[in-house]
Amino acid sequence: MADLSKLYSMNRLYYVLLALGGLAVLGGAYAVFMMEHHGHIISGMNNQIVWGMPHVFAIFLIVAASGVLNVASIGSVFGKAVYKARAPLASLLSIAMLAGGLAVLMLDLGRPDRIIVAATNYNLTSVFAWNVVLYSGMFSLVIVYLWTMMERRMNPFNKAAGLAVFIWRFVLTTGTGLIFAFLTARQAYGSALLPPMFIVLSFAWGLAVFHVVQKVIYSWNEKTLDPAILQRTKNLLGVFIVGSLYMVATYHLTNMYFAHQTGFERFILMDGGVYPNLFWWGYVVLGNALPLLLIYFPGLGKTRCVMIASMMVVLGAFALLYVFIIGGQAYPLNIFPGYEVVSSFADGQVASYAPSLYEILLGFGGLAIAFLITTVSVRVLNFMPQDKPYISD
Amino acid sequence: MRLLVSLLLCLCIPQVWAAEANAPKLDVGKGGECVKDTQWMRKNHMHVLKHQRDETVRKGIRVEQDALKNCVECHASTSDNSVTAREDSFCVGCHRYAAVKIDCFECHASKRKQALANKDVK
Amino acid sequence: MSEIDTQRRQFLKTSAGAAAIAIAPGMMLYQTAQGDTQAASSTVRWGMLIDTAQCKEGCNDCVSACNKENGLSGKTGATDSQWIRKIEIKDVSSGRALSLPMMCQHCEHPPCVDVCPTQASFKRADGIVLVDRHLCIGCRYCMMACPYKARSFVHETLTDQNPDVPRGKGTVEACSLCVHRIDKGQKPACAEACQNKAILFGDLNDANSDIYKKVRSVASVQIRADLQLNPGVRYQGL
Repeated sequence: MADLSKLYSMNRLYYVLLALGGLAVLGGAYAVFMMEHHGHIISGMNNQIVWGMPHVFAIFLIVAASGVLNVASIGSVFGKAVYKARAPLASLLSIAMLAGGLAVLMLDLGRPDRIIVAATNYNLTSVFAWNVVLYSGMFSLVIVYLWTMMERRMNPFNKAAGLAVFIWRFVLTTGTGLIFAFLTARQAYGSALLPPMFIVLSFAWGLAVFHVVQKVIYSWNEKTLDPAILQRTKNLLGVFIVGSLYMVATYHLTNMYFAHQTGFERFILMDGGVYPNLFWWGYVVLGNALPLLLIYFPGLGKTRCVMIASMMVVLGAFALLYVFIIGGQAYPLNIFPGYEVVSSFADGQVASYAPSLYEILLGFGGLAIAFLITTVSVRVLNFMPQDKPYISD
Repeated sequence: MRLLVSLLLCLCIPQVWAAEANAPKLDVGKGGECVKDTQWMRKNHMHVLKHQRDETVRKGIRVEQDALKNCVECHASTSDNSVTAREDSFCVGCHRYAAVKIDCFECHASKRKQALANKDVK
Repeated sequence: MSEIDTQRRQFLKTSAGAAAIAIAPGMMLYQTAQGDTQAASSTVRWGMLIDTAQCKEGCNDCVSACNKENGLSGKTGATDSQWIRKIEIKDVSSGRALSLPMMCQHCEHPPCVDVCPTQASFKRADGIVLVDRHLCIGCRYCMMACPYKARSFVHETLTDQNPDVPRGKGTVEACSLCVHRIDKGQKPACAEACQNKAILFGDLNDANSDIYKKVRSVASVQIRADLQLNPGVRYQGL
């Protein structure tokens, strides 16, 4: 009898979680309605900071959606059994986060009612338009990939689908990086380093999200993850964190190398107020240094430490994206190199930005969409990693 | 075949008749027939406008007669100078009846040019 | 030939005829209507030459004229549209100060057109860069891409727009070089309003135009020429 009551309470918890997720989605929907009705005036965005908080959430979700597939690729493409057992869960997370991120991106448009125009009038030179294809292609590919894993008769195609997803997600994250890399006029962007930087960042962010979700699912099913498996993925996370830190450092160092970019670097790393603080404390310390310590410090690196490290990596990701997207726009665009400028349109001034509640609601709405898709799918289908005893690779 | 046609006719005629009876009474403003006859315009005005819209915006071909601005000039109410202000205004009245949502007037002026000019002076 | 075949042929003939009758008036309409209106020509390249020596600090006539012509509020808050703005610049090393108007530079290779996902940003045959507000979805990528910060996003619902200048919430807009005036053979409002004649407007391709001759006789530069966008707006004395 005791078991049964336990089951009931789990069931109740499931519906409470669903309701909470639903509530967050409703909050997002409310924000969309308000922003549709009143216009973007009620957001913190303006003519200087044209992309704000929604884009931070959307880009995090999209980049992490691509990165989480890394777990699947290591399994399907490189044939590691530990990872292969986790490929279905990774694919599900990827679809969920992609859906959440795209929803935020689309609903933040000035005219979301016209989204169909993006499909009917296609501009071949636009990275955004490429991304429309990349995102929808990713969606369908990952669904096919899941199908080859979950349907026995489709199993023979699993390797091919895995390879296709592997290639596609590299192209997709390259596309995301290119959105910024092609903005040659802006000091913060317009760097060829951005696509590879986003790819490495996606590895770390995706794996961090995967760790957290995996832990929750194991606890839900009252199972414990084999410490040997966690040991492997945690070391991988450590490597990804070091890799992403290297890419971010290189991006900033190359900027400092060019004389006309030093002003921007000084702003973002030293005297830009909230931006350097977020960068050093939020990204470098919270998002990288502490997680590395938790993973590698002798005596640490247990399940709990890895979970905390993973959550910190996610928070660090938000800090970095805020600095990158909003800080990058806040620094004045240099229209007249070598001149001091003043105008009524904030030329030569640092643009100010305060995210409004609606933007944050919209962002959390996107997270909630990803959460709901994951929670429901995990309950109705079998995404639980099935580890065989005695792994031999 | 004949049976089918007559059946269709029997079904349609009362519908058409009923539709006529319920049709909204519009404030047609000055009205007139500068492009085509009323029946043709009821059915095809959107095609003319859309064609004209792309020609004007993208190529700079401005055919005065087909411009939305010109439609408003004649069809705005003589009392409030607008095609959207009231339930029975020219555009709104019919579009509400047909349940077709338009967003033309989120950007385009729904009033006569003269009315807007006067407002500026005041 | 069976009876059914004949019937079918008859039916096809009548319906084809009916379709022709239905379509013909439309075709005729466009043919006759277009007879007397000209499309923007690719032999023309509209441009401006701005003489910074003539542009006075503190003078805002071009801005006011633009606001009035295009129905802008004239407010300068962070979310208000500004199609043209006056910039006061000072050379950091020499201290020389200048005042000049800045607006859409109507590039030959506009980045906004390259990045627009829906082809809403486009360049007309005569070199004017415009936003087709019927296609704009409000993604603001063009605003990120523009090296001149020439574009504004409409953050609020607008009412009582100028009938010649439709503009509305959720779309991006910018200086249109007063395209509605150019198509009537007039100058842009800013060029007309400038009392010091600092803005010379004309066809950069027309050998008889003032701007063609002046661009060839006095030193002028394009802003951010390093980006090689070949703007149609040039500045003299910078």
